[in-house]
Amino acid sequence: MASSIPASVPADTLAAEAPAARGGAGARRTRRLVLAGALFVLALVLMAIAAPWLAPQDPLRQTLRGRLGKPTLAAADGKAHLFGTDHLGRDVLSRVIWGARVSLSVGFAAVLVGGLLGAALGIAAGYRGGLVDSAIMTVADAQLAFPLILLAIGIIAVLGPSFPTLVVVIGLSGWVSYARVLRSQVMVLRSREFVDAIQALGGSAARVILRHIVPNLLSSLVVVATLELARAIILEATLSFLGLGIQPPTPSWGVMVQEGREYLDSAWWISTFPGLVLMVTSLAVSRTGDWLRDMLDPTLRGE
Amino acid sequence: MRGVLGFLAPKLLRALVAVWLVTTVVFVVMRLSGDPVPLLLPPDAPTSEMERVRRELGLDRPLPVQYLTFVGNALRGDFGRSIHFREPAWSVVVRYLPATLELGLTSFGLALVVAVPIGMLSAIKRNSPIDQAAMGVALVGQSAPTFFLGIFFILTLSLWAGWFPTSGRGSWQHLMLPAITLGAFSMASIARLTRSAVLDVLRQDFVRTARAKGLPELTVVMKHTFKNAALPVVTITGLHFGTLLGGAVVTETVFAWPGIGRLAIQSIYNRDYPIVQCTVFLSAILFIVLNFAIDLLYGVLDPRVRPR
Repeated sequence: MASSIPASVPADTLAAEAPAARGGAGARRTRRLVLAGALFVLALVLMAIAAPWLAPQDPLRQTLRGRLGKPTLAAADGKAHLFGTDHLGRDVLSRVIWGARVSLSVGFAAVLVGGLLGAALGIAAGYRGGLVDSAIMTVADAQLAFPLILLAIGIIAVLGPSFPTLVVVIGLSGWVSYARVLRSQVMVLRSREFVDAIQALGGSAARVILRHIVPNLLSSLVVVATLELARAIILEATLSFLGLGIQPPTPSWGVMVQEGREYLDSAWWISTFPGLVLMVTSLAVSRTGDWLRDMLDPTLRGE
Repeated sequence: MRGVLGFLAPKLLRALVAVWLVTTVVFVVMRLSGDPVPLLLPPDAPTSEMERVRRELGLDRPLPVQYLTFVGNALRGDFGRSIHFREPAWSVVVRYLPATLELGLTSFGLALVVAVPIGMLSAIKRNSPIDQAAMGVALVGQSAPTFFLGIFFILTLSLWAGWFPTSGRGSWQHLMLPAITLGAFSMASIARLTRSAVLDVLRQDFVRTARAKGLPELTVVMKHTFKNAALPVVTITGLHFGTLLGGAVVTETVFAWPGIGRLAIQSIYNRDYPIVQCTVFLSAILFIVLNFAIDLLYGVLDPRVRPR
């Protein structure tokens, strides 16, 4: 049925990649690409942490005489602006580096919110079954049957944009993916002998879940969380672009693309560089997720 | 007859639950902010005016009564009057709807027409340079953020190459860039899915039999493979309608396309909440109805899910 496919797990990566992954030149290239992607993500995290030391200039300092400067190694003020300057004379490279902080912190926080809720509901649905299961899964189906960006827009329109609102909205919009994957795994685990044995020995439900079921779910959780991270980063940038996310002057990639829109004709670099970095980030994170899925949990492919 | 009902009932139930959830979420969200009256009126409205509107909207009544009234009104398409347009929100939104449908259907058609042949070609010429190039582009298209793709097309194809106008609605040239931008994600995923679906079928025994009895490759692909590969493609294609509706908000904003997505964003800036509610509600209903239709179509295409 249409809505029984988890939105975050692209069903099209399934069988198609199996032959390529099995050796030969194709496999080696795939591995090298994945390695490059993972290294990029790592570099991005380090860049976000070290932004204050890495960024060549203050991302907020305006230099009105150096507005709309081309990418150059030696500008009129004697400084290098590798990515040029924006309409207020701020250094685009520095803003892109600081933007990684915003992007990743919203992304990771949203994954945490969505992951905790989704995992809790997924485990509850899988372990309890029956009415609890039907109720949770009906809501999940209904949420899947709804364009999320509209929901996000509606909520943020009323509550007003802020960091916590953004994290909660993006996080809540992703819980279904975790819940669906974990539910099916818990259902399988629950019927295994070791669970029966612990229950027979008098272990409580909490003990069974926390000590014996959750550790078995960790690899799937990591896979779904990585794929969700890519989605959260894109959604943050999109909402910020629409003026519903991070507010200027805080450097967020989405805000930067929006700010450069009016100057596309005269200063293409303002929008292009943050946009390209966002695109590569999303590609790298989702490829890493696909690869983790193939490595850690081949059963997820068939979902 | 009973069999058909048994097949339809769960799907219908799910669609109804979705409609109910959407209505409730819209209601709860409006109440989340506390008193919606200051949101509905200009900031300098006098207290007496606020009281009048509060009574008029029934906000002095108990919450459950308000909820039921809201659901009743929403189902009749009554979301109140737009503050900006000074007419019922519903008629404003319906006026902006055709532009969105035009854009959505064009990009959807474009996605299918481009993606399905590419996916099939990729599968037949597996691991060839054509396949690798096509799948590389598809991978990028799948993870590219819609808003940046739009900006990128405006920069390269409008401003630098001068082939298309940068924004607005009118000729077919106006339609092309927004349609490609909006359809890019669907195009990429449908191409990748078609490739893997065709590959799957090509591995089946009956394809080997067809080849073994000497049928030309074209017949094998068109007659034996394509029909069997169509099922998963139809399923995913249905899901993409929703992505398109959501993506319309972004694409319409980037290209200044006068549809309901851009209307919704502008209404947020204008604090015109009746319009926002109405667009969210209408898009959700549209999406749910479409999904329901796709579910039915799936039953028509695949005899295995049809009731006996």
